[in-house]
Parts: sequence; structure tokens; C-alpha cells
Amino acid sequence: MTQALTPALQVLAGTVVRKTRELPVPGRVLCARGDAVTPDLIVARAELPGDLHILRIPETLGIEPFEAVKGLKVDEGDAVAHGDLVCEHVGLFGLFRSRYQAPVDGTVEFVSRRTGHLGVRLEAHALELRAYVQGTVVDTDPGKSVTIESRGSFIQGIFGIGGERYGTIRMIEGGPKTILGPARIPSDAEGQVLVGGTRPTLEALLTAADAGAAGLIVGSIDDYALTGYLGYDLGMAVTGHEEVPMTVIVTEGFGWLPLAERTHSLLQSLEGRDASINGATQVRAGAVRPEIIAAREDAGSVSADRDPAAGLRVGAPVRIIREPHFGAAAEVVALPAEPRPIATGAHARVLEARLANGDLVVVPRANVELL
Amino acid sequence: MKTDPATLRTVLVTDCGSTTTKALLFQKTAVGWRQTHRGEAPTTVEEPVADVTVGALNAFAEVEEVSGHAILAPDAAQEGAAPFVAADGDAARGIDLYLTTSSAGGGLQMTVAGVVRQMSAESAERAALSAGAIVMDSISADDGREDHERIQRLRHLRPDIVLLTGGVEGGSQEHVVEMAETLVAAAPRPRFGDSLRLPVIYAGNSDATEDVRRILEKTARVAVVDNVRPTLEAENLSPARGAIHEFFLAHVMSHSPGYDKLLRWTPVPVMPTPAAVGDMVRGYAEATGQAVLCVDIGGATTDVFSVFENRQGEPVFNRTVSANLGMSYSVANVLIEAGVESIRRWLPFEMEAPALRDRLRNKMIRPTSIPQTLEDLWLEQAVCREALRLALFHHRSLAVGLSGVQQQRGIADIFSQTASRADLVDMMRLDLVIGSGGVLSHAPDRVSAALMILEGFELQGFTQIAVDSIFMMPHLGVLASVHPDAAREIFLHDCLVSVAHALVPVFPRKRPAESVLAHVSVDGRPAGTITAGRVGHIELEPGAAVRLTVEPEGRNIDVGAGAGATLEREFTAGLCGVLLDGRNRPLRTPPSTEEQIVERDAVMAELGLAVA
Repeated sequence: MTQALTPALQVLAGTVVRKTRELPVPGRVLCARGDAVTPDLIVARAELPGDLHILRIPETLGIEPFEAVKGLKVDEGDAVAHGDLVCEHVGLFGLFRSRYQAPVDGTVEFVSRRTGHLGVRLEAHALELRAYVQGTVVDTDPGKSVTIESRGSFIQGIFGIGGERYGTIRMIEGGPKTILGPARIPSDAEGQVLVGGTRPTLEALLTAADAGAAGLIVGSIDDYALTGYLGYDLGMAVTGHEEVPMTVIVTEGFGWLPLAERTHSLLQSLEGRDASINGATQVRAGAVRPEIIAAREDAGSVSADRDPAAGLRVGAPVRIIREPHFGAAAEVVALPAEPRPIATGAHARVLEARLANGDLVVVPRANVELL
Repeated sequence: MKTDPATLRTVLVTDCGSTTTKALLFQKTAVGWRQTHRGEAPTTVEEPVADVTVGALNAFAEVEEVSGHAILAPDAAQEGAAPFVAADGDAARGIDLYLTTSSAGGGLQMTVAGVVRQMSAESAERAALSAGAIVMDSISADDGREDHERIQRLRHLRPDIVLLTGGVEGGSQEHVVEMAETLVAAAPRPRFGDSLRLPVIYAGNSDATEDVRRILEKTARVAVVDNVRPTLEAENLSPARGAIHEFFLAHVMSHSPGYDKLLRWTPVPVMPTPAAVGDMVRGYAEATGQAVLCVDIGGATTDVFSVFENRQGEPVFNRTVSANLGMSYSVANVLIEAGVESIRRWLPFEMEAPALRDRLRNKMIRPTSIPQTLEDLWLEQAVCREALRLALFHHRSLAVGLSGVQQQRGIADIFSQTASRADLVDMMRLDLVIGSGGVLSHAPDRVSAALMILEGFELQGFTQIAVDSIFMMPHLGVLASVHPDAAREIFLHDCLVSVAHALVPVFPRKRPAESVLAHVSVDGRPAGTITAGRVGHIELEPGAAVRLTVEPEGRNIDVGAGAGATLEREFTAGLCGVLLDGRNRPLRTPPSTEEQIVERDAVMAELGLAVA
């Protein structure tokens, strides 16, 4: 049988992360290969076409489209400024005149003789792309993209909200199993990435955001707190563009699970270092998971904690991601080839795993993640 | 490659889905055309592989591995070349033809725009849906939105294609030109390719063509086809549908990673997966004269297809896709739209709302996990019922007669209180319902799949319930474009699994609970009764030819033959006999959790399903 893909969230103490920063439209790259960059540095810039403003002259002046066209003072390609006379309609015997003045600055893109409407394109506006991570430019595609290499620690979460942010890692007192209430949020969290605890209450999330924290990293979250913080019910796990004051990254899932021990201890070792974080999540083929990148020049040579190509094998550490052992860490002890019946009556490809307490369990292969 | 049906012996077909690429081998055997082997592999259209052919080759390799049938040429990896061994008369070697469907990368995503929501915009939506697209939004002059809201929405969407319609022939031109202005103001960017020129198909009033083209051509690649709604009384979807297929191949497929190679491997155009399924449903309904409803409930979306006769007695095909209803990626959307209580009413055990919400959220973020406990299984099946209910509601809103058409109404019509927009979907006239998608096709117990369909769709009258054995309908749909007879033979033999027949009387609400609604005989012998408020079951030998007689116990009870009339049917028994459902429609569940659990236990026990 073909090897099924077993998902794995990466928790790497030392690695090299490459980030390609790409403009959505052609523009200008502002750095060169070999340049050192910081997260806030603008590395590329583009001009986005301005919005098109439709001038509904007949409706405004109460005239027919052909009358509007007849009275036009501008044509396609002309520049217009706010207040310029665009159309003048002369009524019965020249007694009544009505005028239409441009409400915006721009260029006339079209004149519709059918509707009497004008399309005015506003000035283009600049789009600036920042480096997001600290590192070195290793490649550029002129007019399009910059690739930055950053050496340091790399941790993936399972789910997040909020986009790219940058701050100093600070551990929250109380340990990974502590339910995170507002009293545990430090008041001097401005610009920090807070780490620790689980199942934050809505009040805790709002307190952290009010304190100016750039991000909050927790083991789990509950549905009510998430909905309260977002202000709406999230239907699909496609996130990253929410207008929230603080990025939230969840490493384990929904419910009561604490930060996995490995993730917690790595983050603890990074306390005081700066980190780039992004809550963007897209749970589909080619999934995007939230990330924490802490640049460290002392990260040494590339040392992935786990070879992702190794896949599911006997001895591999895994996390069980469904009931009845949801969240438990285990070690694979056997990988039977043939499908086996499970409690639901279905036949599924399974693995045998040993839990931390020594118990042996049988789990569908679809229900584990590699640690 | 061969495309003459007379010369075909071995055909390899793939469906490149968003998550999995499924390859099936169809062969002409001594007993006819059969699906003989299958293989699957993760789809590789996204990064880091970003080449759909890698996943396809992996799926081919698995077919080779399980069948021993040589498919891949030794130099299969060679850039650009078709990787297949050509069949040369040896039945165990090579293929005659390769075909494929695709919904990878989210399938074909379109936005439609019209002038009037229930006329041109609705016709545009039907054209896009029947071409296999997901309609991301339908914009119209009377959709209740302000100009800037429409522009904002269009800008936010990144459709593959826009279909612009509006105005009957010889009618007003201003409104459709205004709609073109709105489109150019929004200037939505296409999903694939760096080009800013969005493919736009204009299928509106032909008198406005030049105005529309002049406005759009600076920012869009415009194609003009015949009006989808030339008159109020007529709908003309074929030209728009054809243009959508052309654009799909030329501008969507060709920009998707690896499809330039894939397109060279097959002499037959790649079909969008739902279009292939739709063709199969339509072909089967037309061949048998049956009213058919088919649902494919996937991880992200739920497609519903139907063929019902209109008032003129003509079969009418409809497809809808509920892009926000699914069993994994979109499971939280079902939770939001249905609500916790609606899902919880199907559970045979108590579960607190926060726990239910957290469990479904965990499924959302880990979509490939499967239920390991009965509780988890029941929860997913409860979600499925609600997704089916909502998807059918959506389908019925679009599967209607044409709006704006003047209809002659007699005294009987006035008393029947029929809505002016004739609902084509009549559950009492439904002959066959087909369920597809993992939760239905792979349900551990087939009868649980039948129960999900029975309750989710609230079947009425007498209906056959079937499931697609391994989601083969896309493959058969594209095969039918070359060899319709082979496709039909495989459909009946290997694809369609007849699970059960449902018998659901409709009766006045005042009828007392526990009263007898109908007497059922099989081959002339009494086999059971249908009792108000209860679910029962008649076991039959699967595959046996059966003559069923159902006599209603009263003039106001309709068992599928009209009020008070006896129903006589001859059919081939499915795997799980006949399900007798005495619960009236719409289904109402008891008010308290305890009573709900007792009722669920009773229903499941009657059908032999494990209970809490």
C-alpha cells in the first residue's frame, strides 16, 4: 500500500527556515542577496491600482443618460481633480443649469454611453512588504520576491488566529497545565509574546491584548473563548487575516490539553529572545500551520530533532489526536499491515502504541501525529 | 490512445481530488465491463510538490502493485511523455485509454452576476453549477446590497471565472451594463496565474454586448455567448456551460501545477469532478425514467444533484453545491448553521454543548482523523444528518421552475397553495436517492448510512436508498463521455450499492401515536405494519425479487400512491430490506434530552445498530 502521509508538527531547536516574501503584483525589490534584514525592514514595494469610482451622473442630476453624455466636459483618459466640473446640463430654453463636479481625484477610465456613468480610477497606492523574520537575504526575484534565510528555533502550532507579529518571548508563571485567567497575565506585556498555560478565558485573552502583547501561545483553547475573542463564530480553519489586536497560537487543540512538554521546554529555553509569530492556519491539502520562529545565531549547524522523511515507524514518538486517548503521547510498538476492526465497527489501518503509563493501545493510523 | 468504444478493453481513470487522487482500472472481462482494481495516493497539487502528476503516478503505481497489471512504462518519469504502457492485446498489460476528472485545489470556483436575483442571476447560477463549479457568490442589482458592498465582496473573492448575465433579448440594457461597471470597479483578481485579466463570460442581452465588452476588456478576458435567459419563459444554459468548460481547461487547469503535463496524457478533456457526477446522475435518470436525488458529502462541501419532472413532464436536472457544509474542513460551519441542539437531538447519549463544540472544532483542525469510539461515530453521523438537511434545503431553493413566467392557475392550484416558484423536488415522487462521500460510503454499517439519508433528507413515500460503493461516480461520468454503455454497466454492477427501501407514510398530525398507519405485505403475505411515531424494519433476502403491497389504514394516509391508495411495487431487495418509518414529516424530536435518547435507542435497536 502507498505510504499514507502522517501529519507532524515541527518543534525544532535549531534549524534553518527560509521565507519567501512575495508581492501580490509586480513591484520593486529593495534589498540584495547577502543583506541582513530585521523583521520590520521593508524588503519590497509595489503600487496597487487605485479603486474605480463610478460617477452616476444621470441619477444624481435627474437626467437621462444621453443628456449626461451630451453635457460631459471630460473624456476617457482625462485627469480630474476633486471639484472639477465633469458635466453640465442645460435645461429648458437654457433656463435651468445643473452641474456635476468630480467628488474624487483620478483619471477617467470609461464613459458609458448606455448608462451615462463615468468610471474614475483613483491614484495608485503603495504596498510595502516587510521581512517578517530576522536573517539574511539568500535570493531575489526582481520585481517579485525576496527569500530570507533565518537560523534559529522553529515551532508549529495546530491552530491560530491573527497574522504576522514580532515580540520578545516571555513565559507566564504557573506552568503549562494552569488554566489561564486574567490574573496571570502580566501588566507589562507590551510587545511581548506570552507563553504558557492552557484554556485561556475570554477575560485573559482580552487582558493580554489590552496589555499590548503581540502574541499568546497556549496548549488549548475552548470554543467559547475563541468565539468571544474573534467576535464571531469561525466556520472554517482558514485564518490569519482576522482583525484582532493579538495573535493567538494553540499548539494542541480545543479542550484542556497543556502545551506538550517538548514545546514548553523549548519555548522556556527561548525566554527573552525575539520571535516572529504568525497565526495563519489553513487546514487543507498543503496545510499551513501557525508558526513561531526565534532567530538564534548560536543555533549551530542545522539539527532537525526529527527527520520528517522517516515517517511512521516502530519506535516513533506520536501524539494521539482522537478520543479515547486524545492528547496522549505514545511510542509506536507495531505497525500491522492489514486493516483491523475498531470499536466503531469500521476496519482501519492501525498501529499499536505504548502510552506513557505503560498501557498498550491500538489506534487508527489516521489518528496520530508524529512528534 | 484509443477512443473508439469498440476497441476499448482497459481504461484507467483518475479523480484528482483536493486531498486524494483515486485511480480506478475499468476492464472488459468475460462477464462484461467491471471495475477491477483501485489505488490511491495523496494529491500533490499544493506545495511542496506542486505537481498533480506526482500524486497520479503514485496512484497508478498502487494500481499496478495490487493488480499486477503493467501500467507504467519504464521511462515513466520522462518529462512530458505519457507514462503508460500501451495495450497490445495482452489482457494483463497496458491500457487503451486514460481519463481524468479534477477538483484539486478547491475545484472550479466562480462568481456569477445578473440583474434580477430570481431570474438572470439564478439562471447564471444554474449554468455555473451544472458546469461543475462552486458558486462563491451571486451578485445582482436586487440582492439587497449597496454598490460598495458588492464591490468589496467581488474584490474579496478570487474566482477562476465570472459569469455575467442580465436582460432578456430586446429588453433593457442599462442594468447589465451597470453590472459590468460594478465588476470593473471591483476588478477581482483571478485565483491562478499572475495575469490580472480575469476570465469573464458574458451571457446576457446581446444588444448590450459591445457596451459590456468595451467596459470590461481593459481588465478582463471577455468571451461572449448566447443569453442564458433569452426570454422570461426560456433558459438556455448550454452555451454558457460550454464556455465555462473551455475557460476551465484553457485558463484554470493550465495554470494549476502539473496540469499542463496531465492534459497531454489524455485525449479527452479533463472534467470538473461534479460535472462528471452530474452527467452520470442525469444519464441514469434519463435512461430509467426515475426521479433521482444524489448527494456527495465531502470534507469541505456537499453537492446535491437531482432529476425531477417539471409541470410539463420533462426531466429537469439541477445541481447545487453547499460550499460551506462538510464533514471535516467545514464541520464547524454545520455546527454554526444547524446549532448545537439540532445536532444533539440525533445522539443516543448525553453530551454537554461545550464538549460537543470542542470535539467538532478538533475535527476541523485535524480533518483526516477518523472516529475510534462509538460516541465519536454517532457525533459525526449526527452532523451528517444536519448537513444533509441543510444541503437539501439549499438545493430546493434553486431547483425550481423559472421565475417571472406567467402560469395559468386553476381552482385546484389555488387550493393547493403551491408557491409561484414551483419546487421541482417532490420527495413523494422520489424513486432513488444515492449517497456518496466517506461518512455514507464508508459507514461501518450500511443500515446506518440508510438511516442518515432517511432522517437527513426526511424521505417520504417509497424510496430506494443506495450508496456509491467507493465514490466511483466521477470516474464513470468521464468514462460515459467516451463509452456510455460501459459506464452504465459498471455503475449498476460495481458502483451502486442498494442498501434499503424506505417506506414513509404521510398523514395528518392529529393521528394518535401508536396507531396503525398501514399494513405491508411481501409477495402476498403479511410482513408488518407501520405504526405512527415508530420505526420498523422488514428483513428481505438481498437481491431477491420482491412484490410489495402497502395498504393505508385510512383515506388521509399517503404511502406513496396518493392519499388512501394502495401502493404496489416490484423491486430487487437491497442489503437491509425495507425501513418502515411511521414518524410524520417534518421530523420532530422529543423536547427533553432523556426522551430524545430513549427514542434514538429505540430506532437504533430496531435496526440492529449498537446502542449506548
